[in-house]
Amino acid sequence: MSIQNIPRRRFDALIIGAGGGGLRAALQLAEADANVAVVSKVFPTRSHTVAAQGGMNAALANVLPDNWHWHMFDTVKGSDYLGDQDAIEYMCRAAPKVVYEMEHFGVPFSRLDNGKIYQRPFGGQSQNFGGEQAARTCAAADRTGHAILHSLYQQNIRAKTNFFDEYFAVDLLKDDEGNVLGAFVFNIHTGEELIIEAKTTLLATGGAGQLYRTTTNALINTGDGMAMALRAGLPLQDMEFFQFHPTGIAGRGMLITEGARGEGGYLVNAKGERLMERYAPKAKDLASRDVVSRAIYTEVKEGRGCGPEKDHVMLKLDHLGVDVIQKRLPGIRQTCITFLGIDPAEHPIPIYPTAHYTMGGIPTDRYGRVVTPVKDTPEEVVNGLYAAGECACVSVHGANRLGGNSILDILVFGRAAANHIIDYLKDVRYHKPMDENSVTQAYERLHRWDRTGEGESVEQLRKELKRAMEDNCGVFRTQEILDNGIKAVQQLQERMKDARIRDHSALFNTARVEALELENLMDVAMATVYSAGARHESRGAHSRIDFPDRDDMQWMKHTLFFKEGNKLDFKPVRTKPLSVASFPPKARVY
Amino acid sequence: MRFKIYRYNPETDKEPYMKEYVLQDVRPGMMLLDALLLLKEQDSTLGFRCSCREGVCGSDGMNINGTNGLACITPLSGLKEPVEVRPMPRLPVIRDLIVDMEPFYKQYRDVKPYLTVKDPLPEVELKQSPEDREKLDGMYECIMCGCCTTSCPSFWWNPDKFLGPAALLQAARFILDSRDQATEERLDALDDPFKLFRCHTIMNCVQVCPKGLNPTKAINDIKKIMVKKSL
Repeated sequence: MSIQNIPRRRFDALIIGAGGGGLRAALQLAEADANVAVVSKVFPTRSHTVAAQGGMNAALANVLPDNWHWHMFDTVKGSDYLGDQDAIEYMCRAAPKVVYEMEHFGVPFSRLDNGKIYQRPFGGQSQNFGGEQAARTCAAADRTGHAILHSLYQQNIRAKTNFFDEYFAVDLLKDDEGNVLGAFVFNIHTGEELIIEAKTTLLATGGAGQLYRTTTNALINTGDGMAMALRAGLPLQDMEFFQFHPTGIAGRGMLITEGARGEGGYLVNAKGERLMERYAPKAKDLASRDVVSRAIYTEVKEGRGCGPEKDHVMLKLDHLGVDVIQKRLPGIRQTCITFLGIDPAEHPIPIYPTAHYTMGGIPTDRYGRVVTPVKDTPEEVVNGLYAAGECACVSVHGANRLGGNSILDILVFGRAAANHIIDYLKDVRYHKPMDENSVTQAYERLHRWDRTGEGESVEQLRKELKRAMEDNCGVFRTQEILDNGIKAVQQLQERMKDARIRDHSALFNTARVEALELENLMDVAMATVYSAGARHESRGAHSRIDFPDRDDMQWMKHTLFFKEGNKLDFKPVRTKPLSVASFPPKARVY
Repeated sequence: MRFKIYRYNPETDKEPYMKEYVLQDVRPGMMLLDALLLLKEQDSTLGFRCSCREGVCGSDGMNINGTNGLACITPLSGLKEPVEVRPMPRLPVIRDLIVDMEPFYKQYRDVKPYLTVKDPLPEVELKQSPEDREKLDGMYECIMCGCCTTSCPSFWWNPDKFLGPAALLQAARFILDSRDQATEERLDALDDPFKLFRCHTIMNCVQVCPKGLNPTKAINDIKKIMVKKSL
């Protein structure tokens, strides 16, 4: 289709991505009678929120004493003091209300005998600012993400949200003044393109776990929104912080929820020792994820790994009894039986850290507005653009996210962004004129893949990228390794320019989708490894062997990466909360 | 390992055909999805949906040696060669193994699958006893893959009138939820010769459900509640 004939649709709000963040925002907007469109490359309930297992944190105090301020402390400490304390206060205060809302939307939370929502202990949680273990994670067995995503989709059916299912977003559309005007998308079923003009656009496209070979993430998690932001000239923040979940199934990557340790499971090495006693004497298996992942990695490296290759450790659950496992952890029990032929009620599970979560992302304020440095202002609002969830960086997770805080993040900030959009729409009654140059750019980028002839395959480049990231940007890092990684990604980006796809058909062309996804991954990979190479300290998930200590004097600041010329900028951490005293950085021990 | 895979691209193919593939590098523990992804490296035009790779997103429902299932949790080791892979039956094929799920999604929307509470909502959670919550087990876990509905002869015969096992499982999930206050309306909406009552307990749905759910039981539960109500 020629570019002039591409149909156009107009909406008040466009949401790209139909996971928990996108759907929570869509629901809020639809209920406020805004004209909202949700574009998703998969049917909404296929989004990766569906795979979240353990639950979401909120200081409901249903099981043990709790309050939002303790939750805030744990989150700040978990972030290794890189999280913005205003956003963290906002999230932790909002958490109980957001959980109750989800319950009212129909989420089948597990229940306590008194009929209240079941809560389980999770890593990094404490009572009273670092005291006894807390139980803060609200759970629907070990299928909390599934329960939440399906309930949100169901409520959106009731609210009559407009869905564009199986549409792929190619690029943001923006004018020369930097206003975001919507997005250029195409229908995957038919190949037909569509220009969506929107007064506001919310990116809710999730993370980029497909950067790595072994990952808990779905094949769709290719950092699409992050890459769209980069191409629109916007930065990505704190991309060096990538979470490796301690308990992935060894060699395969499937997630075994932290809830397994929350229910009383623990890790053992080849000698049968409870290895976490050595690394986190107090919290043991419920230390923060970065701490547990490093411990497992170290055990294996020092020769205490299990199995013939001594390349993993074991997660022991059998002492919990089959009843607890079936009631609280039925999903992971099934996963182990399916993929390992092992029933965790009888045998321990082989475990190794696995790529899991992108802490960094598109910088936003706590209203979900995307912010970028302009001249001397570090956080200028980008007109018309919002981001929420894993693709965004508010930043509530800082250098390391606590388990149970991601579902919370997507719901709190999906909702907050929608509320801000509702206010914004009151003042902005008309669409701004479309910038046709921007349409042409997106169109040409998409049609680059129409080229025929010889060229490297997308599959080959994707394999090499994942390998390069796994080898050069993993749990432990040095300058030499990271520099290798930068070089490798640079070369792959060059080779990508000459890649070709062999399928040029219009109907459900998965080869084209995968090519566009790989382009997105390449940009996000560079942001990740380049930011990691620049940060000369160890903080949270970013562990430098050559800079083993945290350096608060130099590095208590956020990294901003721009695609143009791989440029870096920095901005200060927001250490001042909204209403309470700041938590100053302290040594982080569990 | 040998495969025969249903291929159809309406742009270029006059009619569907079965294409043969051979995969050399079959390792122990591999699932059908792993094989399809490797075959796609040989032939990038092969179309199928997939995402989570672990049986929770419900994208890769397909017909495998005559039985519906999820490719990502179907071990190759249990499959007879050549492995015949076809799209799920009775839905329009968009391309290759990809079907148009819209008729299936419409059935889902038709049962108003959302919690309906008419009383003013409390500031905290609605209470639910563990026993009442347990009634939802075996229903809320549905991943909407479509394996059950597209294996059901009653759906094949009356795809536009019978709601199919997946949608009826959802209907039951809300009828049996102690918090829901639209039970009457839900039951009335199903009281029709086709929507619910075309289930003839053939139980294909139970046999193929990759999550081990039991739509037939849910349908019978609805029938029982209806009978009780009419007495």
